[in-house]
Amino acid sequence: MTLYLFLILGFFAVLSALMVVFSKNPIHSILYLVLTFFAIAGEYVLLNAQFLAIVNIIVYAGAIMVLFLFVVMLLNLNHETEPHKSMLRKLIAVIAAGLLMVVLVGSLKGADTMAIQPFSHNAGLIENLGKVLFDQFLLPFEVSAVLFLAAMVGAVMLGKKDIK
Amino acid sequence: MGDLKTIPMDWYLLLSTILFSIGVMGVLFRRNAIIIFMSIELMLNAVNLLLVAFSAYHNDANGQVFVFFTMAVAAAEIAVGLAILVVVYRNTKSTDIDVLNRLKG
Repeated sequence: MTLYLFLILGFFAVLSALMVVFSKNPIHSILYLVLTFFAIAGEYVLLNAQFLAIVNIIVYAGAIMVLFLFVVMLLNLNHETEPHKSMLRKLIAVIAAGLLMVVLVGSLKGADTMAIQPFSHNAGLIENLGKVLFDQFLLPFEVSAVLFLAAMVGAVMLGKKDIK
Repeated sequence: MGDLKTIPMDWYLLLSTILFSIGVMGVLFRRNAIIIFMSIELMLNAVNLLLVAFSAYHNDANGQVFVFFTMAVAAAEIAVGLAILVVVYRNTKSTDIDVLNRLKG
């Protein structure tokens, strides 16, 4: 049963990821990307990483995608006027990405791994995750706060009309 | 395949490889800078999925904390990147990345 759930979620993730790339309208791309993130969050739930599933939905599907939508609406890009690349460049892009996938899959072929028993691990529960985060990773956690401050200041400075 | 209660680890490897390759293809395929940004997000999510899968596989919470930091860095990156994109649009009236080849000097 969980295997079917994995396959369905994976199918949706790959399909909507392809639609992100191939949609003409940027708004459609963004909505398909939200669908991809929900499918990936479903995979996290399947791995019993409940905290990350919720954070994935809140941060990615919520905050980041709203930011993307905001920029697309602000710049009024929701029309299909993208100048097209030549057919040759598109073909080269698809072949290059396909070759990368073949190389990666080929390198993973010899990996000797076993199966995962879903819902049997408790590492992803918020209690264990919080203990690790505030015990071993307290300094990186605080440094990421500084990173956010720097990013916020940088974004505001870039967005200003004229800097005196 | 065996019984249906377990998921082979290889399938997680395969799924994240496919998602990562789709992200690479998006970067090479499109000219709209916003779509390229979204493809980069897709690649980051593919790597996150792999980290979570290995974290669950080894029953070790460190991998999931690392995913948490990846999300934080991605959020900061997107905020700055979209601000740069707005500035570029203001100057060139386009989000076509081929316009930016005048940076070659």
